[in-house]
Amino acid sequence: MVRIGAFLVGLFFAGWLLVSFLVGAVAYVTEPPAVTVEHEFHRNPKEVSFSFDGPFGKFDQAQLQRGFQVFKEVCSACHSLKFVAFRDLKGIGYNDAEIKAIAKNWAIKTPDIDPKTGEMSTRAPVPSDYFPKPFANNVAAMAANNNAIPPDLSLMTKARHHGSAYVYSLITGFQPQPAELLKEFPDAKTPQGLHYNPYFANLNLAMAPPLTADGQVTYGDGTKATVDQMAQDVAAFLTWTAEPKLENRCRAGLATIFFLLIATGLAYMAYQNIWADKKKAA
Amino acid sequence: MSFPWAEQYTPKHPAMQWIDEKLPLPRLVYNAIGAGYPVPRNLNYFWNFGVLAGLALVIQIVTGVIMAMHYGANTQVAFATVEQTMRDVNAGWLMRYAHATGASFFFIVVYLHIFRGLYFGSYKAPREMVWLLGLVIFLLMMATAFMGYVLPWGQMSYWGAKVITGLFGAIPVVGNPIQTWLLGGFAPGNASLNRFFSLHFLLPFVIAAVVILHIWALHIPGSSNPTGVEVKGPQDTVPFHPYYTAKDGFGAGVFLILFAIMLFYAPNYLGHPDNYIEANPLSTPAHIVPEWYFWPFYAILRAFTVDFFFVPAKLLGVLAMFSSILLLFFLPWLDTSAVRSGSYRPTFKKFFWILILDVLVLGYCGGAPAAEPYVMISQVAAAYYFAHFLIILPLISRFEKPLPLPNSITEAVLAKYGKTGGEPVAVPAE
Repeated sequence: MVRIGAFLVGLFFAGWLLVSFLVGAVAYVTEPPAVTVEHEFHRNPKEVSFSFDGPFGKFDQAQLQRGFQVFKEVCSACHSLKFVAFRDLKGIGYNDAEIKAIAKNWAIKTPDIDPKTGEMSTRAPVPSDYFPKPFANNVAAMAANNNAIPPDLSLMTKARHHGSAYVYSLITGFQPQPAELLKEFPDAKTPQGLHYNPYFANLNLAMAPPLTADGQVTYGDGTKATVDQMAQDVAAFLTWTAEPKLENRCRAGLATIFFLLIATGLAYMAYQNIWADKKKAA
Repeated sequence: MSFPWAEQYTPKHPAMQWIDEKLPLPRLVYNAIGAGYPVPRNLNYFWNFGVLAGLALVIQIVTGVIMAMHYGANTQVAFATVEQTMRDVNAGWLMRYAHATGASFFFIVVYLHIFRGLYFGSYKAPREMVWLLGLVIFLLMMATAFMGYVLPWGQMSYWGAKVITGLFGAIPVVGNPIQTWLLGGFAPGNASLNRFFSLHFLLPFVIAAVVILHIWALHIPGSSNPTGVEVKGPQDTVPFHPYYTAKDGFGAGVFLILFAIMLFYAPNYLGHPDNYIEANPLSTPAHIVPEWYFWPFYAILRAFTVDFFFVPAKLLGVLAMFSSILLLFFLPWLDTSAVRSGSYRPTFKKFFWILILDVLVLGYCGGAPAAEPYVMISQVAAAYYFAHFLIILPLISRFEKPLPLPNSITEAVLAKYGKTGGEPVAVPAE
């Protein structure tokens, strides 16, 4: 009885799936799915190597500080960094006094309540504060940015496939729309106010190219601030903001695996030893 | 409950004798996973995965309980508290990555454990109850994993919750009220998050309880073995301790090495980047995909694209997806062959490997976007999945002519190592 019932259920599901397959196959042949503009012109992130790649990777602190400078002078005008606090900057090599000064001189103030009147007010951030947001709320952000909300950057490099390379590629990837794109997809012209970028999922991005000229930022350590250099530096910085414990993780992993290899080797020898009398001929 | 030649627990120390009189817990452990449990001497490495699944469960419970201390089950703060755990809690990043990677590894070992059961016929009499309880654990794991994935309240959390509870919405007439009741609202929200957290905390302990039943049911007939021939005498078995504790110790070491490589060097590889974006009900991700361990079932769900008269395709997909797991409960009665081990079943073995390939193809399609050619491939693959268990397997077990079985476990072992020592001779029928 079980087997007859099973046979009928199996026949039904398998049969109907094959019918669905045939219907789909006929549709596929008679009306092949249209190729989309994204499918044809979207590009995967560029190949770029960073100091923190691989199991022995380490952050380059000078690079993180340069990237922080790019964030501070360029990105932070529109993008928040809400999961990072000023105190965290210790992780990229600043000391307590420097962090205090960075917080105090930050261009955006931290919202607070006036301790005397109880009215809403602002004050200079202190090291324990998180980076203040550039816009009071999403409505203000949209009003200032052509109806787009600049996303928070704290986790950006983990929120995209190949995030570090993605950030670098996106920043350096702005270009005029290719002529062959417009020829093939005349309706896909980049709308007014958006910017063509093949590394962006739907190809048209509200953000204008943020880094436009070499020397836009003046690095304190003498590194030449080319657009490519600045893009790499800020991508490295945002990798750190998304994964500040990356170095701890790699170090802990090395120690753990070293320990486990020895322990497993011993366990294997114990196993062989205990089984010695059972694994030979009688 | 055990073989007559099992070693007996005889406490020597007076304190242990005292405990044994009042509460014979050490005796229970001794008989369950100690020297008092005789086990076939010929188990291969596939028999390690039961213990490894237990280890994975313990890792999940320990890391999970610690994470719960730092988690806020509220849509306003859930995402931020998870980030705080990653950044400000001592070793919080380790706990979270261990928990997320650990979930994947739990499924990996459980899938291998199920694979073992399917190939070596572990589900057959007299071990049907072991198999059924194992499936209950598997279902509980799926529910737990799904609810756990919602807790970080990222984009995939939110939209995954919406899609999965939407499956219940496909039920005619009562579907929508059931979905609303499950979520505690019309869309995933604070009520959903709170109940998912509560159940995600509860279910692992329910799993632990069913694991105890699973082991209890196993100990009544004793463990199966790669030949599928039952134990005939003391020469066929070794005490679980030290023989299999030593082997499981080595297995656990290998498991932990692989786990550590993934955990420390590719902790986000098995996850989805979208879950690092906070949940946003107004923005639907381009591709909503569940975690990799649900992909084969997700592919079956999406394979139904044509209505069956008045039954909508979506409902068919939901029924098929649940059936694809529930049919495993009938397996002991669908496969009627008296031979357990696939090693002695030439026809079964061929179809078995087709099934494994089929499930891998389904998994691949389930992770791919719902577009052609993936839908067409998953339709054929899903058709084979149902045909295999419900049609082919009962037919094979009726018409197949199995290979000759060894007379006993010991005979098979001796054939492997040679009767007179020296060079091992050819392994029979493997």
